[in-house]
Amino acid sequence: MSDTKKPVLEVKDLVVKFRVRKKELTAIRSASLDLYDGETLAIVGESGSGKTVLTKCITGMLESNGRIPSGSITFEGRNLLDIKTDKDWEAIRGAKIATVFQDPMTSLNPLKKIGIQISEVIEKHQKLPAADARGIALALMEKVGIKDAPKRFNDYPFQYSGGMRQRIVIAIALACKPRILICDEPTTALDVTIQAQILNLIRALQRDFGFTTIYITHDLGVVANVADRVAVMYAGQIVEYGTVREIFYDSRHPYTWALISSLPTLAKKDEALFAIPGTPPTLFNEIVGDAFAPRNRYALNIDFEEEPPFFQVSPTHFAKTWLLDPKAPPADPPEAVKLMRRKGKVQVEDRAEASK
Amino acid sequence: MKKTLLSVKDLEVTFKNGKDHFTAVKNVSFDIYEGESFALVGESGSGKTTIGRTIIRINPASKGEIIFDGQRISGPISKELDSFVIRNIQMIFQDPMASLNERATIDYIVSEGLHNFGLFKDENERREKVFKALDDVGLLEEHAERYPHEFSGGQRQRICIARVFAMEPKFIIADEPISALDVSIRAQILNLLHDLKKEHGVSYLFVAHDLTVVRYFADRVAVIHQGELKELATTEELFARPLHPYTRSLLSAVPLPDPDLEKEKVLVVYDQAAHKYEVDKPSWREVLPGHFVLANEAEAAEYAKMYS
Repeated sequence: MSDTKKPVLEVKDLVVKFRVRKKELTAIRSASLDLYDGETLAIVGESGSGKTVLTKCITGMLESNGRIPSGSITFEGRNLLDIKTDKDWEAIRGAKIATVFQDPMTSLNPLKKIGIQISEVIEKHQKLPAADARGIALALMEKVGIKDAPKRFNDYPFQYSGGMRQRIVIAIALACKPRILICDEPTTALDVTIQAQILNLIRALQRDFGFTTIYITHDLGVVANVADRVAVMYAGQIVEYGTVREIFYDSRHPYTWALISSLPTLAKKDEALFAIPGTPPTLFNEIVGDAFAPRNRYALNIDFEEEPPFFQVSPTHFAKTWLLDPKAPPADPPEAVKLMRRKGKVQVEDRAEASK
Repeated sequence: MKKTLLSVKDLEVTFKNGKDHFTAVKNVSFDIYEGESFALVGESGSGKTTIGRTIIRINPASKGEIIFDGQRISGPISKELDSFVIRNIQMIFQDPMASLNERATIDYIVSEGLHNFGLFKDENERREKVFKALDDVGLLEEHAERYPHEFSGGQRQRICIARVFAMEPKFIIADEPISALDVSIRAQILNLLHDLKKEHGVSYLFVAHDLTVVRYFADRVAVIHQGELKELATTEELFARPLHPYTRSLLSAVPLPDPDLEKEKVLVVYDQAAHKYEVDKPSWREVLPGHFVLANEAEAAEYAKMYS
């Protein structure tokens, strides 16, 4: 993640608008993001924050009522937004950038044999004869942990459990050896024990295949487990990004603070949980100032008038909040955030101690 | 002495489909005290929802009994008792998008139960009760005239909760009440359930899979796996001293919002075949004070020493 590292994917000043019931909604309000080779980036945010829309733009799957008035997405030297036809997208989508979706039941064809669903992808993208594709599919099934693959090749999705199905979806996504794997809430529909297995599987495959991963999730526990870097989204913008340690142990944006404070894990039993008041703003209207200001108890007067720029916290850590302006009064973060800061420090010291 | 409100004894629930029999719940026994939040934790298919549905008489019990407020409510019961059960045991469902009538106003939705039981003298009293319920959950009087589609997920869950509390029940079954909600809204709903409990003195059966939420919300927790209770203890006790290997595997899998801990975490995998139950059969035992676990003789001895 140093400056010398070249990004595989660069999103710059992306704006996405949707036409809904004769009104226009701005789903992404100028977001920029770099993705570095081999890393795992987690995008966190509540529903409607634009995290899924962002990845849809990367794979050219924006709904027909959506448009991208400005911005660019650079991948392998070309701007993906210049691609117009579905045929051209096929060389990228699935082949170089693949997606694993939330619900493994709806992303598989219920009427087709599991094995065929993997091998047809290989036949189509790699132009291989059926017999060769079958061999590769079987190898992939073993790779994602399906025991007795030759027998289970001929099973149908309903004969697989939720966790097994998600393994198959991952196998299909990896069939073309993509450079980027987008995981959109891949474990939300699964049980905790299965979730842990799937996260471990994706990590192990990443080591073997060397792809770069984007995770989209609202679960900070999953983020802590998988991510190298984290981007926090709110109301169509990225409001803070940094390494996973920077975001968990040294967060600076009040929205990130609010997310951390509302976790039941960090709460004391007889105290009320911190709840973010209100609801996210409607994206039909133009937002003046900081979108989070009305729900933010740290909001300054300027937050209601002018949108904050990104302030640099470290070479890898940036936050879009006026609290970091040199002129801002010092803010006292919530208890849970202070607790995380202390934890982070202690853990660094422990490590230094151990390495001595 | 704590007063028992609900008592489930040796419950078994079997689903029949022609010749196929499937036992979803077996040998389940537990008590819920007045004013207590009792959590039932397990993975999908473990039978936790079935237990909730059996208590509220949606699914019939095939064996065992359920005693509520001193009366047996499982099996055939009188009409009076049935309406007593409906009025006093209420349910909050997982998905507030699917559990509200889209064509009814909030006013009607909240007062439907009041209508069914004639719980008001006149129109004024009915409206007062509706407004009180809306106020309890942080909604406004003006919301009464609106329709469900005008509300966000969090607000809709509040409407579901208002509908439940308008009935002034003694006991509430909350089946994954926050799983379908956004992270920032979850805390609001949990706080609300907590406050209403204090205010109205109700008891909860909280059905959930998320252990971090259970740890915060529940007084006691029962862990269920494949239709059988594996362990039951107070929340502090269960999280501090998990005994059963399945409970330990569940706890190890919970993702913690702490990257340093997450990167060092070791998953405990539960292997059912590791139990040696051929000769020494398992039974439900109190291994530590108030801490129950399903174990055989040998395991119980091992568990008792585990944390000493």
